[in-house]
Amino acid sequence: MKRNLKILTTLFLAIAVLFAAAGCTKEETLKMGTNAEFPPFEYVDGENFAGIDVELAEAIAKELGMKLKVENMAFDSLIDAVNSGKVDFVAAGMTVRPDREENVDFTLKYYNATQTIIVQGNNNDVKSKANLEGKKIGVQTGTTGQDIAGEIKDAEVSKYNNGLEAVMDLKNGKIDAVIIDNFPAKSYVDKNSELKLVEGDFDEEQYAMAVKKCNTKLLEKINKALQKLIDDGTYDKILDKYSK
Amino acid sequence: MGFIDNLYSVLSDKIYFAFIKEDRFMYLLNGLSVSIQLTIFAAIIGIVIGMLVAFAKITGKPPLAQVADWYVAIIRGTPVVVQLTIIYYIILADIDLPRTIVASIAFGINSGAYVSEIIRSGIQAVDRGQTEAGRSLGLSYGNTMRFVIVPQAVKNILPALGNEFVILLKETSISGYIALDDLTRGGTLIRSVTYDSMTPLLTVAYIYFLMTAMLSALLSKFERRLRSSD
Repeated sequence: MKRNLKILTTLFLAIAVLFAAAGCTKEETLKMGTNAEFPPFEYVDGENFAGIDVELAEAIAKELGMKLKVENMAFDSLIDAVNSGKVDFVAAGMTVRPDREENVDFTLKYYNATQTIIVQGNNNDVKSKANLEGKKIGVQTGTTGQDIAGEIKDAEVSKYNNGLEAVMDLKNGKIDAVIIDNFPAKSYVDKNSELKLVEGDFDEEQYAMAVKKCNTKLLEKINKALQKLIDDGTYDKILDKYSK
Repeated sequence: MGFIDNLYSVLSDKIYFAFIKEDRFMYLLNGLSVSIQLTIFAAIIGIVIGMLVAFAKITGKPPLAQVADWYVAIIRGTPVVVQLTIIYYIILADIDLPRTIVASIAFGINSGAYVSEIIRSGIQAVDRGQTEAGRSLGLSYGNTMRFVIVPQAVKNILPALGNEFVILLKETSISGYIALDDLTRGGTLIRSVTYDSMTPLLTVAYIYFLMTAMLSALLSKFERRLRSSD
């Protein structure tokens, strides 16, 4: 009886493995790394991820005949994740910068952005970049905002895990201003009427997606797909959807 | 030979890049001083709260004992990260306090619950006969506690208390959740500018390890001196 049981179990397991192996020949997955706390480029919507980068990535994956899987993690760990192979590419509203270019290969640039300042609605002290000296500024770790804030004279810079936490502290009056990319800034201000935007006159930046250094094959594939989406109007459609 | 040379140059490059360039080691130094500050303040707050709560529970008088029970149950039943963020973003949101104070309070409140249990069990571990002897000698409840029980309880309490201190030091590593730059944050900040995880994070882990090892060594020395009186 016991011997029969053993034979049956082994048979069962063998069949199970066969089914699993059959499943492996389905579509390949394209893993995207992002920090889904950056509306409207990537954010969590119920059980799914949504946003400009997410939809662009899904369109790209479709072009490549692959299935997209979004991996959500801290912004400052993204470059590490793509270099160690945990994700195939990064799409996270990431600005192209020389120090980042040393560590990853960027795709073609797909969005022009600039940093901007968020303050409380009744704040009349901060009207421009110059007024930020000596103030308490909130930024997200690892972002261009952090670099800019670090160069402002006498500023007290608080580094948060994400933009939302910085905005919460701004609302509570714990900091005077938040420096963050303009599109997300607008999204935060739209949802919080007691805050307002202030022109910072910062340099223009460009977003690009990133792959592991020297992963030229994937880079070319993504660039081709991205270019096609721009040429055939899908890119504009996605941007419009989130610009309302 | 070439391999060793290569390894050495790669490592020294990484170390230079992570710590020496632009004085990046300052992130760790400042972070370390914050972590130590938090541990000391939180330990003090924790011991004070712990003593009050322990005695509230021992006297068993309602409603004090009830409140004490609730306090310990809630604090031990929720993660310290959640407590920290609730205290910073909700409870103390409208009060203008520096982050180090808010964090010390949060860690202190958390530590207090565990310390109270340590104190309470230390006191209750002292043989009942001691209390009976003290009372029968004519000492009041308060004096029995003060001169007979507590000195003996201290010998039970101190090792566990020292352990709690070590735990506190490691607990402060979640300070990043309220944008407070402690030692752990120092490591991740270096990572965010160098894009190298290995060097800063391993170094931070090593520093915590050294600190807790030193603390534990000091504590066992202290314990041995206590036990020599037995």
